[in-house]
Amino acid sequence: MTTGATTTTGMKLSVSGLNSYYGPAHILFDVGLEVGAGEVVALLGRNGAGKSTTFRSIVGLVAERRGRILFEGEDVSALPTHEIVRRGLGYVPEDRRIFTELTVEENFLVGRQPPRAGAPTWTPEKLYALFPNLGEMRSRLGGRMSGGEQQMLTIGRTLMGNPSLVLLDEPSEGLAPKIVEQMADAILAMKREGLSIVLSEQNLHFARLISDRAYIIEKGRIRFSGSMAELEANPEVRDAYLAV
Amino acid sequence: MEFLVVQFLTGLASAASLFLVASGLSIIFGVTRIVNFAHGAFYMLGAYLAYTLTERLEGAFGFWGGLVLAGLAVAALGALLEIVLLRRIYRAPELFQLLATFGVTLMVQDLVVVIWGPEDLVGRRAPGLRGAVEVFGQMVPSYDLFLIALGPVVLGLLWLVFKRTRWGVLVRAATQDRDMVAALGVNQKWLFTSVFALGVFLAGLGGALQIPRDAVSHAMDLRVIVEVFVVVVIGGLGSVFGAFVAAIVVSELNAFGILVMPKISLVLVFLVMAAVLVVRPWGLFGKPEGPARQAPGVSIRPWRPFSPGERIAVAAGVALAALLPLVAGDYALTVGSEIIIFALFAASLHFLMTVGGLASFGHAAYFGLGAYGAAFAAKAAGLPMEAALLAGPLLGLAGAALFGWFCVRLSGVYFAMLTLAFAQITWSVAFQWVEVTGGDNGILGVWPSPWAAGPRGFYWLALAVSAAGIAALRVLVFSPFGYGLRATRDSVLRAEAIGIDRGRVQWTAFVIAGTFAGVAGALFAFLKGSVFPENLAIPTSVDGLVMVLLGGIETVSGAVVGALVYKALAIWLMSQTELSKLVLGAVIVVLVVAFPKGIVGSVEELRARRNRSEPNGAAFGAAKMEAAE
Repeated sequence: MTTGATTTTGMKLSVSGLNSYYGPAHILFDVGLEVGAGEVVALLGRNGAGKSTTFRSIVGLVAERRGRILFEGEDVSALPTHEIVRRGLGYVPEDRRIFTELTVEENFLVGRQPPRAGAPTWTPEKLYALFPNLGEMRSRLGGRMSGGEQQMLTIGRTLMGNPSLVLLDEPSEGLAPKIVEQMADAILAMKREGLSIVLSEQNLHFARLISDRAYIIEKGRIRFSGSMAELEANPEVRDAYLAV
Repeated sequence: MEFLVVQFLTGLASAASLFLVASGLSIIFGVTRIVNFAHGAFYMLGAYLAYTLTERLEGAFGFWGGLVLAGLAVAALGALLEIVLLRRIYRAPELFQLLATFGVTLMVQDLVVVIWGPEDLVGRRAPGLRGAVEVFGQMVPSYDLFLIALGPVVLGLLWLVFKRTRWGVLVRAATQDRDMVAALGVNQKWLFTSVFALGVFLAGLGGALQIPRDAVSHAMDLRVIVEVFVVVVIGGLGSVFGAFVAAIVVSELNAFGILVMPKISLVLVFLVMAAVLVVRPWGLFGKPEGPARQAPGVSIRPWRPFSPGERIAVAAGVALAALLPLVAGDYALTVGSEIIIFALFAASLHFLMTVGGLASFGHAAYFGLGAYGAAFAAKAAGLPMEAALLAGPLLGLAGAALFGWFCVRLSGVYFAMLTLAFAQITWSVAFQWVEVTGGDNGILGVWPSPWAAGPRGFYWLALAVSAAGIAALRVLVFSPFGYGLRATRDSVLRAEAIGIDRGRVQWTAFVIAGTFAGVAGALFAFLKGSVFPENLAIPTSVDGLVMVLLGGIETVSGAVVGALVYKALAIWLMSQTELSKLVLGAVIVVLVVAFPKGIVGSVEELRARRNRSEPNGAAFGAAKMEAAE
């Protein structure tokens, strides 16, 4: 297995020509995106644009997909989900999918993987420092937590696998403004640890707080790619593809 | 009083094994979502292996070591089965999983007889626990006291494993959301295999622990699996603690049921199960299932009535069948009558299973009730055949109305297990209530009227009645009621949202299916001139399932084709080999894994592929909407 170093392309994750299907329905059309080491990249788009399907396709949760998915220079598109994840590509689902019957500690235990060279190592203690709310409810059942706490738990659970890159599917969705701020701080802290992050968002304001670059996806196709500054400079792109 | 205490202790001792087996089934279901019908077979293998090992190994260590070794050996076999077979069918509808594991059960039944012989085997007594202990002046076997203590110990150990080990936490996580567990980097394959091995180990150990109490026999698998199904229905599938409580409830009901109603002791268990289901359909400690998986019978190819050309072809086929007596001999006609009767039986099950999406594992109950009803009418009431043929199915109707009322409250595997349990209860009533049913000896001398007494006359009678019955069922499929029924199959929520009373529609379908099965059963009684408990036993139910599956579960006419092919094959097979169960079991497994569309399904597939231009847009559009949600 390669270490956390990026390869000749210089990219941590490089997706190209990704096409996905649910049965006979064609959902993604030649999606491509790249993430450099330590970068925070936003995948922006309206509801149903294909953000979640892109993430699910990358980690192999969509059965029917074609395309090249290079993670740290190696094609992982033929691997089963758990092998992709074990290479250090973490995934945080949009609907959180907390194990509601398990406590906070047990949720972390499920996510635990051995430490990985070139990726930050996480322990429950370190996660309780990142998300102080969770530290106060270590033996609470996942099903008895608020939406914001569950969002923290699902991120922490994925971090327990010591990934070098994380796909964060709509981390701000449905959260109170106060919690959204905390979430942005936490993501910036993760970035400081050296994590590469792709986050999908409908909320441009939230993405603006933390991202270096952005892609815009609409009806399963990538419509825009550029820095946050470039996106700011193109209000017509924003108005055409994003709900404001 | 003292006697009651001892009876209570005996019940508790029986509960130990039952708990082990049921908790194993529950754990496996929790993670893999498979109801492992072969669990009874593993229980039986555990008993046989323990018998052999304890005979070979010396001393106390040999005895206890032999029991554990037997459990481990069975666990290894279970892991092998999981890797070779189950991994291929995890995403299949539950009906296929139940059938495949039932196929394995059939194979094991024959293999056990080949290896250990048909006689019951009496194992060694447990060293150190041969005696009895005096409790309130009554003697209780020490081994029973050991078992009573063992139950809570195993419950505690399982609790520790699930609460205190990472493996246990992973299992509990996978029970809730197995895809998410994979998305966290856990290899599901080995998790599933290890869970299956643990569950099967508990079954094997449960069987091994029985040898000092009971003779080892090759019928113990079906006996225990029915009890286990009752236990998990009462306790709640997936709940180990529920299995513990329900195993005690069922065992005590059995222990005291013998005292209250020695003839029909199972009725007591039935009443309790019915009461639990009315109050808590998912068992005492179970949780409501999430959205059901795809029901059987859902087809991407829209069903349609016969075209005029096909109608002529079918009419010609029936006419041809009616001409058979002109060329065939008496034996061929008797076989032909039997095949035709089973075509009606399969069609009735098809109506419930494919059209209604309700996979019944106990449809033979209504077939058998129809047969017994006809026999009662002919023998006890002295009615002529014509009247008995009308009266008999009424018993099937009554049984379907009673049992169906409970069954349609459930869906999926619960429905399958409950129908099986009801069928088994009906069987045990037929078997135990000797004064009325003749028990094992059945009811003999159920003869047809003189005009239908010859093979020819009866063949024509069977053909006329079955053809009319199958045609009636087919008309129902394309009637407004049939559309409503299919709507409940395809989506309960949407069906209810447009004002369809799901419970009533499914109950009606259950009663219709049961009545037509009763018609087939009544005919069968007059064909054979007798009825026996095996007419409503599990193998007859499974025969029906295999017929529908072989014909093609997604098709309208598959059941009839499947019945013709299967019944002819089975009759031929019986005459060719001693090991018919082994062959039949293998056929079922292969069918499920390699040929799940069945004969008619495959033919339709071919035709569709040849007519690519045929507009298929509607079906694809629907699938697209489904996926986009």
